Amino acid sequence: MSPLAALLIRDMRIAVRVGGGALMGVLFFLVVVTLVPFAVGPDLALLKRIGPAILWLAALLASLLALDRLFAADHEDGSLDLILMSHAPLELVVAVKGVAHWLTTGLPLILAAPLSGLFLNLDAPAEAALVLTLLVGTPALTFIGLIGAAIAVALRRGGLLLAVIVLPLTVPVLIFGVAAANAAVVGPVPFGTPFTVLCALTLASLVVGPFAAAAALRQEME
Amino acid sequence: MRLSALDLACHRGGRDVFVGLSFAVASGEAMAITGRNGAGKSSLLRTIVGLVRVTHGQLALEGGDPELTIAEQAHYLGHQDALKPSLSVAENLRFWVGFLGARAVAIQPSLDAVGLDELADLPAAYLSAGQRRRLSIARLLAVKRPIWLLDEPTSTLDASAQQRLAGFMRTHLAEGGLILAASHGSIGLDGAQELRLGQAASPLAASVPSPLVGEGLGGGSGGGAPASTPARRLTTPTPNPSPTSLHSGARKRDPGGGGEE
Repeated sequence: MSPLAALLIRDMRIAVRVGGGALMGVLFFLVVVTLVPFAVGPDLALLKRIGPAILWLAALLASLLALDRLFAADHEDGSLDLILMSHAPLELVVAVKGVAHWLTTGLPLILAAPLSGLFLNLDAPAEAALVLTLLVGTPALTFIGLIGAAIAVALRRGGLLLAVIVLPLTVPVLIFGVAAANAAVVGPVPFGTPFTVLCALTLASLVVGPFAAAAALRQEME
Repeated sequence: MRLSALDLACHRGGRDVFVGLSFAVASGEAMAITGRNGAGKSSLLRTIVGLVRVTHGQLALEGGDPELTIAEQAHYLGHQDALKPSLSVAENLRFWVGFLGARAVAIQPSLDAVGLDELADLPAAYLSAGQRRRLSIARLLAVKRPIWLLDEPTSTLDASAQQRLAGFMRTHLAEGGLILAASHGSIGLDGAQELRLGQAASPLAASVPSPLVGEGLGGGSGGGAPASTPARRLTTPTPNPSPTSLHSGARKRDPGGGGEE
């Protein structure tokens, strides 16, 4: 198999095993979603209104959790040295790591979202819209997060710097994701308007993320 | 194939680690890079591989694949072992074999050669330091590359593993490869050139950190072909190598800087 396929499989294997990011992300998401109804109280109408926002926020934070170790783990055990030395372009390597992160963190969130929707009193059309926006928007969260992860690679506990860098960049994704999820149920804005912007944000991040992260990694490794 | 450096300098962390370094290593030759801690042995290896930028001087590889960089034709065995603790021994090796572009290679012979065949399914987290180092060496055996850059390869190995490594290195040299190894002690190779990274400053200036000048004792400095420069050859290592035999050259120039190692 090609080097990039080997890297993808390795990253997914690590994430899925005990101590990897996959379980952590999904559990965090479920914990947040379970706690919100207890915090907000039994006001079903309120839960229905803030449901998409809470789920999106939980998805954002859960994605952020596993990003911290994405490059830092490789840097600490010397794998990043060998990856930098290889023939594979660093931008593609970074993109492949992003894909592995999304497949093991983002995708489980999307699968867990309908169940969580029940906790927040969401009905079927709202859940469907929410799942669609998450499907399109979580790759953007991952790929924007790659930039922060690359900048913080050499720091042992880079989580805080990562969050400070990444969160402002993900705010547009959050805004349009929640707007699209709400627009499907509440209106008057048609679902398509914020959804198309969300798609555009994701497509842009799929390109900008790897290039920016690769540049940051090269800088850090000097 | 010939790896050569001319007037190489390394600048890291705001200070010059070494300047004016020149050497040449050809196919079938090994070079041992020695020096005290902090002399720049690891920095030199990382510069050759491209992980540290070359600020001054030239690094050239003749006879290799012109389409590939030096790093893509080299194996780098650093201080860290590049192993993932949650993956098994076999999975780790299989990943590196696949990532380094030799996907069809079977990993079992390499695991047998380093003595890790019985631990193939053990998660790498449970390996001792010596076993981790042996697994990294298995990577060198499984994927064939002409240049080996080894940073203190024997540091965590026991005596029998060191002998096995010496055997692997001899086989690699016999197949036309070249080896640069940074080490405090002997690496078990007869006939290796020695490149000593040492301090040339006078004792009076010792308080001011000065760049370390490399002495390419086997190198081609001055433009002569390496064969014509009499290189200092390391003899077969004895259990307690006498310090004077290796260090006398440097000691003559720097009588006040003794006491290291």
